[in-house]
Amino acid sequence: MKEYALILISTILVNNFVVVKFLGLCPFMGVSRKLETAMGMGLATTFVLTLSSVCAYLTNEYLLAPLGLEYLRTIAFILVIAVVVQFTEMVVHKTSPVLYQVLGIFLPLITTNCAVLGVALLNIQEKNGFLASGLYGFGAAVGFSMILVLFAALRERIAVADVPLHFRGAAIALITAGLMSLAFMGFVGLARG
Amino acid sequence: MLTAIIALSVLAGGCGLLLGFAAVRFRVDGDPIVARIDALLPQTQCGQCGFPGCWPYAEALAAGQAEINQCPPGGEAGIQALADLLGRDPKPLNPDNGTVRSKMVAIIDEQTCIGCTLCIQACPVDAILGAPKLMHTVIAKECTGCELCMAPCPVDCINMVPVKETLSTWKWPCPVLPGDALPDHRAAA
Repeated sequence: MKEYALILISTILVNNFVVVKFLGLCPFMGVSRKLETAMGMGLATTFVLTLSSVCAYLTNEYLLAPLGLEYLRTIAFILVIAVVVQFTEMVVHKTSPVLYQVLGIFLPLITTNCAVLGVALLNIQEKNGFLASGLYGFGAAVGFSMILVLFAALRERIAVADVPLHFRGAAIALITAGLMSLAFMGFVGLARG
Repeated sequence: MLTAIIALSVLAGGCGLLLGFAAVRFRVDGDPIVARIDALLPQTQCGQCGFPGCWPYAEALAAGQAEINQCPPGGEAGIQALADLLGRDPKPLNPDNGTVRSKMVAIIDEQTCIGCTLCIQACPVDAILGAPKLMHTVIAKECTGCELCMAPCPVDCINMVPVKETLSTWKWPCPVLPGDALPDHRAAA
């Protein structure tokens, strides 16, 4: 039990995928302009990331590893992730039109989110089991969503702030992201304490 | 090498089958007929049909709760198109809903406008620009000529002006065959 709690805390805070491992930066910059879109993206990512990390684990454990094809991991995982995203979109479209409207365009966008592939590959590297893989994916997604929402909130305030001319737009966003990243480095102390 | 090719092919094939199955199993049965009817309507959002816009009218048509001859801006050609799509008999425009007129555009007399914003709230397509106590103006390109802004204006400063045909707006008139509007033309064809 303690081990699972550690995985969650590690992925959400200490080894946050966006601000510590620098994965999934494209949606981090792309959809963080508004709080609502950030929440939609966070929700969609949480859903897909958890599911795809479990599926990637199963693919690796029962298809690639027995045949000695570990070198095909990357391409096989990309395939599995794309299918999981597509499948999720269809199921959500059918079963919950409301959720489909909330997630909207973000669902297919996740296929190209490098954090999803990153989590799948890191799971194998860390030799996580079935449950641990799912938790690892879920924790990573929660961390990602949290950062996205926090960053969107910051950007909404920056949008109305008096930023010097040369720092406007992407420049101030990147500086803010850097400061956030610095702040999250502080959580490394949690592990030692 | 061969195992790798086979394994990936099997994986890809399995995924393809799963997606194909999902596409059939989770097909969404939206109501495409409403969208097709809506595409035939002129999108003036004028409400002359008695419904609060083109989409609600399309929904009512699809449900069989409205007649096809309630849309004056669509004119004869619009009724004909709706009759073809829905398999109903074309009939002349219902005079209760209005008459066919040439395309109009609203013009605000800016000298008289008092900036009350009432017409802005009435406009169904957001074609009127202005602020409280400041003069308003109509974005002629967006105006559908629905006349909904005329009634609320307290100083009657809005006039409907027919759109002049220019080289860029002129279109061939739709060919109307003799007997096209007759109810039994389909049986003859």
